[in-house]
Amino acid sequence: MAINSRLSPLPEADFDQTKAKHLLNRAGFGGTRHQTRALAEMGLHGAVKYLVDYESIHASKLTKLEIDPDNIREFKPKERRDFRKARRSGDNETVKKFQAEIRKRQVQDRQDVQYLIQWWLGQMLITPRPLEEKLTLLWHGHFASRYRNVRDAYLMQQQNHFLRKHANGSFADLAHGIIRNPAMIKFLNNNTNKKQKPNENLARELMELFTLGEGHYTEQDIKQGAKALTGYTLKDNDFKFNKKQHDQGKKTILGQTGQFDGDDFVDILLQRDDCPRFVAYKIYKHFVADVDDQTNGEQTQAMTVINALAQLIRQHDYQLKPVLMTLFQSQHFYDTTIIGNKIKSPTQLMVGTVRMLNTPTRDISIITGANTMMGQTLFNPPSVAGWDGGQAWINTSTLYVRQNVATYFITGKLPFEDDWTSDDVNYDPMFLLDDLEGSRTIQAVVDHLLDLLLASDVHPQRRESLIAAMQEHVDSTVDDPVVVIALLLLITVMPEYQLC
Amino acid sequence: MSEQIAFTRRQFMQGSLAVVSTLHSMPTFLNGAAHAAGPVGQSGTADDRVLVVVQLSGGNDGLNTVIPYGQGAYYDARPRLAIPEKKILQLNQDQEIGLHTKMTGMKELYDSGLLSIVQGVGYPNPNRSHFASMDVWHTGDTRGGHGVGWIGAALDEDLTKRQIQAQATTCISIGQTAPLATHGKKVKAIAFESAELFRWAGQDIHPALGPAYDQINRRGELAPEVTLEVSGGISGGVTGGQAAFVMRTALHGQVASDRIRAAVQAGPQTRFPNGSLADQLKMVAAMIRAGLPTRVYYVALGGFDTHAGQEFPHGNNLRLFSEAMLAFQKELKAIGHDERVLTMAFSEFGRRVGQNASNGTDHGCAGPMFLVGPMVKPGIHGKQPSLTKLDQGDLIYHTDFRSVYAAVLDRWMKINSAKALNGKTYRHANVIRANV
Repeated sequence: MAINSRLSPLPEADFDQTKAKHLLNRAGFGGTRHQTRALAEMGLHGAVKYLVDYESIHASKLTKLEIDPDNIREFKPKERRDFRKARRSGDNETVKKFQAEIRKRQVQDRQDVQYLIQWWLGQMLITPRPLEEKLTLLWHGHFASRYRNVRDAYLMQQQNHFLRKHANGSFADLAHGIIRNPAMIKFLNNNTNKKQKPNENLARELMELFTLGEGHYTEQDIKQGAKALTGYTLKDNDFKFNKKQHDQGKKTILGQTGQFDGDDFVDILLQRDDCPRFVAYKIYKHFVADVDDQTNGEQTQAMTVINALAQLIRQHDYQLKPVLMTLFQSQHFYDTTIIGNKIKSPTQLMVGTVRMLNTPTRDISIITGANTMMGQTLFNPPSVAGWDGGQAWINTSTLYVRQNVATYFITGKLPFEDDWTSDDVNYDPMFLLDDLEGSRTIQAVVDHLLDLLLASDVHPQRRESLIAAMQEHVDSTVDDPVVVIALLLLITVMPEYQLC
Repeated sequence: MSEQIAFTRRQFMQGSLAVVSTLHSMPTFLNGAAHAAGPVGQSGTADDRVLVVVQLSGGNDGLNTVIPYGQGAYYDARPRLAIPEKKILQLNQDQEIGLHTKMTGMKELYDSGLLSIVQGVGYPNPNRSHFASMDVWHTGDTRGGHGVGWIGAALDEDLTKRQIQAQATTCISIGQTAPLATHGKKVKAIAFESAELFRWAGQDIHPALGPAYDQINRRGELAPEVTLEVSGGISGGVTGGQAAFVMRTALHGQVASDRIRAAVQAGPQTRFPNGSLADQLKMVAAMIRAGLPTRVYYVALGGFDTHAGQEFPHGNNLRLFSEAMLAFQKELKAIGHDERVLTMAFSEFGRRVGQNASNGTDHGCAGPMFLVGPMVKPGIHGKQPSLTKLDQGDLIYHTDFRSVYAAVLDRWMKINSAKALNGKTYRHANVIRANV
């Protein structure tokens, strides 16, 4: 089957509710039929603009999370002196006091980061601007920092705010901002990158993972780039440029020579053609399809689209909105091989389930735990390379967790819960059938729910087996919530439900 | 719906994928996927060599585990924590090295010629953060790597070399999530805390749901045709036919779940002590006995981060570790699989030589590794690092942990270690017997 690899817009007339559902799945986390119908009625351009230009959507209802900026801080000079003195003199009482204080703060910080994870998941569940969250998640995986190494929940929160602020803005601003982002500086040890003893970590990842991709620079470029980043450090919770530790000398990076600082270094990277291509690849992978490592040179349709996106990024000088506007309206985005052929991230799976079904959100700490079991702990990506995504999300054990999570949302039942009863369900799904016209036959209800929950049409035989499973227990029409719940359970364990 | 083209679990298990290939003309997703994925084969057979990795999480105090009791510096550095010489289980009287009092199990393994202890293991520019150092041990990369672990990379290489597909059970980790070490590009470990969690919980809700679930997740004929067209339609870049992939995983999951749950239901032949590590190793032994084609099992014991009052908790943890290792070895022998299973234990770092003011020890560097099985070269390898010539108060390593990995991969697992260790070759630590 030929794939439409054009970025030119889909004809307005072709934008129906199924395509609106696809748009909301990918530019957001999916939603109710009411929402997809509203998007369809806006028309293609209107709907995409509504999602991309999200600043116009009022979002003041969202909760704020306060984290004490000073919980994790270095000891003040006097404290440090006292601590040292106590250790040397064997003043165990004082040493213990200090150690207890450190431990107390660490415990508080680990609690804070749990709140932070819960806050972000909660934000995704209720936000009227789903693309803002989806983009922030993209940049979190792209400019990945790990709480486990940073060990400062406040800095992780600040990083999230930074990524969020520029989420649909300019990639250039993101790249310039990340080299002075305290959590990133701490994570990649740039606070130890000093004139006399350069640390190459940030310089390397800036090229390999943030802008150019592997293989588009030399080890020499890394060494020289690291010099440009010397003295980019932090003081307390803020970025600090330590002039004394900055190497003012000449550097040669990717063929250019000068007394470059960090911003010059970033500008040199942004000028390279590899950069828009790498960004295009990341955007494509996040929103369109599970593509393999972009260094697989073969010119496939996906690569054609990625290259065209890269040109757009260059043309718009790294402004993201026009790129997203074009992508989400493109014929390629709505190709039948694209719709329903992307593996949901754990976050997408959970947030989407709640947003499509309006289930109770249940116990948020169980949900964050499940996200970890499925391989996506927010604020703790596995490494600076972020999450692999695609097929890496799914193996035989994560698949069970995915199925059990959906079951938990719908019924409140946990895998190991023996004393669960149907009273714990606490969810009436009958409203899902409100817009089902005509009589509620098993067939009609199955079709209605399949259409709500699955991104694309299901094979007739799979539909038949769902109907057959119900026919054994239901006479003719569906008027019992228990039956609808049973159907929801069965649809959410279908392999197709893992896709969007 | 035809019963003939439905794969029952029995067919699948008995004939594995070979059954599938006889059904070429059937419009099944397994056919389509198998064509797309190239040659079909099994990853690992029931008599392949096995590696069991035991992670001691938190930074084990190596100096109070394998103890240089002959050195005054040991007693000087640890006025309250040093183990008195008479309570130490002596291993080697020339070197004056012995084990912690509570490690009678490991002593028995040592005396039976089944234990290899590597002293002074570490890596350059040591990191004293638990997570950063654990990443180093998991990836074999002192910068912490980019999400691929040494075991995952090794198993990927094994599949490539043998031209076989990854199976659900190629690598099994007992725990909530699969550790970074087991992440490959192709191979992903199964992770579960208990086999009972390794199933869909919805079937407990109503008796009708179980059969319907099986129907949905087990039957090959239910694949949407569109996914087959997708996998044919896009070459290269796009990983086409994600539905087919998920369905194949679901089917494998059903089979693996059944096999694993059946396996661990069988009780052991020998007695296992209490404790979480013993429980985990009991499950591993059961899975080995049941003939799972698993090449690597991964288990972990936590609680080694002993900053304060470590005497009792550390001794207790060593007892749990030591008893579990001995019981596991006895069970392997009883079920006749000891010859094919190598068990290796490590911790992300050792601890500071000097004890702290809270009768604990802080994060340090070099520490010992343990390898158990009839294939290991028994004894103590490498010298005890100096207790007086230190790096910021820590022992200086002399054996890179990757030289132990390399020996295990090349000489035991027969997998090219350079492929698993970021392209680098390491001199083999002398821990495997000749001619194995």
